[in-house]
Amino acid sequence: MAEQASPLRILQVALGVSLVCALVVSLTAVSLRPHYLANLEAERMARLASILDALDDVSVSKNPEDIEARVVELESGRYSEVIDPLSYDVRRAANDPAKNFSIPVEQDLAGIKRRARHAVVYLLRDNSDQVDVLILPVRGVGYQSALYGFLALSGDANEILGLKFYEHGETPGLGSQIQDPSWEALWPGKMAFDEAGRVIIRVGGSRSAGGERIDGISGATRTSNGVDRLIRFWLGDFGFGPYLNRVRKGEG
Amino acid sequence: MATKNWQVLGKPVVDDNPVTLQILGICSALAVTTSLDTALVMTIAVTAVLALSAVAISLLRHQLPHSIRIIVQITIIASLVIVVDLVLKAYFFEIGKRLSVFVGLIVTNCIVLGRAEGFAMHNGVVRSMLDGIGNGLGYGLILMLVGALRELFGRGSLFGKQILVPVSQGGGFEPLHIMLLPPSAFFIIAGIIWYIRRKRPEQVEKSEFRSQEESE
Repeated sequence: MAEQASPLRILQVALGVSLVCALVVSLTAVSLRPHYLANLEAERMARLASILDALDDVSVSKNPEDIEARVVELESGRYSEVIDPLSYDVRRAANDPAKNFSIPVEQDLAGIKRRARHAVVYLLRDNSDQVDVLILPVRGVGYQSALYGFLALSGDANEILGLKFYEHGETPGLGSQIQDPSWEALWPGKMAFDEAGRVIIRVGGSRSAGGERIDGISGATRTSNGVDRLIRFWLGDFGFGPYLNRVRKGEG
Repeated sequence: MATKNWQVLGKPVVDDNPVTLQILGICSALAVTTSLDTALVMTIAVTAVLALSAVAISLLRHQLPHSIRIIVQITIIASLVIVVDLVLKAYFFEIGKRLSVFVGLIVTNCIVLGRAEGFAMHNGVVRSMLDGIGNGLGYGLILMLVGALRELFGRGSLFGKQILVPVSQGGGFEPLHIMLLPPSAFFIIAGIIWYIRRKRPEQVEKSEFRSQEESE
């Protein structure tokens, strides 16, 4: 170690090491990506199945194959018969200027800026073919990551049957408690709307302020607020509001 | 007198254990030992990073300019950690998710950089790799021990398999919830260190500061 290496030599070694390391990392990332995406998709389906398991007092088959997927045009709230729900890629559509919708800033509670014009909802029917459960995809910004989840509503769209997040990057042990069974258990049975059709469900805040309250997560205020805002956004006029209005009137 | 290869491999497991003698890698030892399976996966991940980084750094040791050696070591270690993280996400998705940030934090695990700078920079490829594996196993041994105790007394299970039936399911076992919280890992590691140093007094460190009465 006695002699000093020349600056050129130092630069060569540094560049060489960086190049080799970059190559190794990128090759691994590219070759393993299909596996990772398949895992994410499996996780999404597992969450969809687990939200079904959580529905105790619902008289429908809990077979994942019996879930009916429909595409809803969010602005009008009507079903779209043109788009195939199985091949519709919501995340891609949300980034495609031809298929997305820029949410007005003051209405953008969920902090997502743009959403796809269409959304895939999942329906479960009871024995007499009435819609018994609606499962809506929701997403929004938590503390420092995007939260993706499913919200299950009763067939008349008023009562919450459950909320499950399947993807997030919140702080482990704090914000990640949105996936804790004990916190998820707070949701079933809460009313989402009052009689006038206004959204009354809130997360955190004072119970005395009225409305339906879910306890926030201590140590994860920003995450709790994010969940509060994203639920109100997706139940509101720029989310599934128009669709849920039609469901309540029986127009589906 | 050259030490034999198997001694290079075996010494860090018990005699020169990175956790109990050098008190390194404690942070991750607290975080990932709430159950045995996360402890096992963490052991494998750290051992792989240690062995591969030791090989890479030992290969480069004559080419590395002295002034940038640490940053090159960190670059190599960080790349290996990213690769390990990607492999976990692809093949062990569930456990990878529970290990969360702690896989990424292997980069800052003192054991890895310590062995790279302290051993791989001065030794051949094979010996460096054995030293890396040995240190990984030494770290893993403590991790598994702590993980087994915490999972058994905190949940009554080992590798997720119920061994003791908890009261809530009609058995006679009351789960100790403190075992699932970080302080219990401190207690257990402290207990292990105390036991080892009682059996091998030569590991006890001399105190650096003496009071007046003692030194007289």
